[in-house]
Amino acid sequence: MSNIENKSHNSPAIPGMTDEGEKLATEQVQDDTIRVEKKTVDTSRAGRPTSYKVEDFAELTGREEDWRFTPLKRLGGLHTDALTGQGVDISVSAPDSVSVETVNRDDSRIGSAGIPEDRVAANAWSSFSEATVITVGQEDELDQHIALQIQGTSMEPTAQHIVVETKPFSKAVVALRHAGSAVVSQNVEFKVGDSSSLTVVSVQEWNDDAIHASAQYAKLGRDARFKHINISLGGNLVRVTPSTKFSAPGAETEMYGLYFVDAGQHIESRLFVDHSVPNCKSRVTYKGALQGRNAHSVWVGDVLIGKDAEGTDTYELNRNLILEDGPRADSVPNLEIETGLIDGAGHASTTGQLDDEHLWYLQARGIPEAEARRLVVRGFLNEIIQQIHIPELEEKLMDALEEELALSNN
Amino acid sequence: MSTLEIKDLHVSVILDDENSKPILKGVNLTINSGEIHAIMGPNGSGKSTLASTIAGHPKYRVDSGEILLDGEDVTEMSVDERARAGLFLAMQYPVEIPGVTMSNFLRSAKTAIDGEAPSLRTWTKDVKEAMGELKIDPDFIARNVNEGFSGGEKKRHEILQLELLKPKFGILDETDSGLDVDALKIVSEGVNRAHQNNDMGVLLITHYTRILRYIKPEFVHVFVDGHMVDQGGPELADRLEEEGYVSYIGK
Ligand SMILES: Nc1ncnc2c1ncn2[C@@H]1O[C@H](COP(=O)(O)OP(=O)(O)O)[C@@H](O)[C@H]1O
Ligand SMILES: [Mg+2]
Repeated sequence: MSNIENKSHNSPAIPGMTDEGEKLATEQVQDDTIRVEKKTVDTSRAGRPTSYKVEDFAELTGREEDWRFTPLKRLGGLHTDALTGQGVDISVSAPDSVSVETVNRDDSRIGSAGIPEDRVAANAWSSFSEATVITVGQEDELDQHIALQIQGTSMEPTAQHIVVETKPFSKAVVALRHAGSAVVSQNVEFKVGDSSSLTVVSVQEWNDDAIHASAQYAKLGRDARFKHINISLGGNLVRVTPSTKFSAPGAETEMYGLYFVDAGQHIESRLFVDHSVPNCKSRVTYKGALQGRNAHSVWVGDVLIGKDAEGTDTYELNRNLILEDGPRADSVPNLEIETGLIDGAGHASTTGQLDDEHLWYLQARGIPEAEARRLVVRGFLNEIIQQIHIPELEEKLMDALEEELALSNN
Repeated sequence: MSTLEIKDLHVSVILDDENSKPILKGVNLTINSGEIHAIMGPNGSGKSTLASTIAGHPKYRVDSGEILLDGEDVTEMSVDERARAGLFLAMQYPVEIPGVTMSNFLRSAKTAIDGEAPSLRTWTKDVKEAMGELKIDPDFIARNVNEGFSGGEKKRHEILQLELLKPKFGILDETDSGLDVDALKIVSEGVNRAHQNNDMGVLLITHYTRILRYIKPEFVHVFVDGHMVDQGGPELADRLEEEGYVSYIGK
């Protein structure tokens, strides 16, 4: 295991936020504190049960490893009720060459990239009646993105299923935008064909009452490129679980995330990168800002490097910025390594407050404190927005962030 | 014509919630627009403390005395108010700010200081020109504030800001340290330009006499153990060059 590099003590993006932040975190465990845990491997991610059927999963108690941070009471029945509602509308706009279909649940393409790993996802899988299937043909390099608008219309518990496939040597960008009010559990499958490239932007800008669980599965073919950008801003409880599975060597995944959590919101991101084949690369970068009482973020990053995954190169990072007293940020990086023959593996997790020296420098140049704070937070989150490369969406999100920042009483 | 007056200033550095340590022990100094004053003193004598206190760093507490800018007590003002009132500190250790580009930062600062956004066309031209004169690579405008800059690059960017923001008084805290001769000349020329073009008063804080070959002070103050122990004209700097601070220490 000599060439495993633990980069946990890398230089921080915000000075003073690394080691001290972590220490601070584990030492004070009270209500409005910052918690960072480094789990030693006890419950291996490899052994987690998978099934398409809800009955194969035990009823949730809240003590399960993957539910221990989630307030089940606020799940709106997604884990207990039949998800037979029609609470979301989906509309797709795509270039002409793209195939967009609505299919029955027995369509052969369903299940080609994912299988649920928890009860809420399996509940949706057991319940949905129709799925949206989007296919980008072989060698088709799209110059316009595919836009999916998912609009919540009622609070009946609802299941949704979406499949996106990029055939070999194709290139596509897909934006999923969630808005309105809904109680929805969703399975979204991305089958990324050999040597194809898929970028997915999933934006959760729900109303304040929405409850959303989203299992997003990517299965990558040989030499495929996948980029996933997960942006959670609005909603009462939003739990997104993006995963990447490599099915053949030479593929790369980049998974980015941004969350801005306000008073009373629960925003959870659980990542899983499954390196089971050789010579694949993964990068995970999630950043969050929190403000207000009982704002709660959860970030869990599971990376599993199997015994055959020689030449793996992986790094995952989560940074949280607490803007005022009251929020709680849980951050759990978890790296399991079963082979020593890898190129690199590391993780870093920091949770801290705005750096006084940054504010001092900006104020010393005449910039008022409130604006200085906004500049620094915007800068902190901008790294993720810049990954999108859809100008009108970037602009909308920057505006949404400005609104969030205007809310803070700083 | 503006005046910066420091009267019997006593300052402590705040160490933690309970402890502080007195550093400045009665500093007196008056600078008028267009004057250049050098403050010279050994390491640890409190020069940076004086500079940071004038600019309002929260780590330093004024125990007694006054800092007056045209008769107004700046110790009552916030850090940004002082900057907008016309004080500028070129820092000994400029701060790196991730995610905030130089271009965004400079425009925000200029807008804050002037009270209105600069006209885009003249601003772009001014920035380009000032960067050119300071031999700053144009690419730096897109980089994050001070992030990954070398020591010399950081100092040049401090002077870039000094030239663009046009303060009434520039306080330069060891701007010369860590610069090679070429960079020292470039930076000094920048200070001299700001001095001439804007009738800026200069408080040049330094440990070495080297920079005084390029920036010519009319007044030289010797600073030891938290206060001025001697003052004179440029000839005093020459004497310090030869004799060092030995004769002042322990007095
Ligand atoms: N943050 C601090 N914590 C502890 N001591 C400090 C701090 N800042 C300054 N000091 C002390 O104050 C004195 C003056 O420091 P400084 O103003 O930096 O001097 P100079 O700039 O002349 O080298 C020194 O003895 C230094 O150790
Ligand atoms: Mg100093």
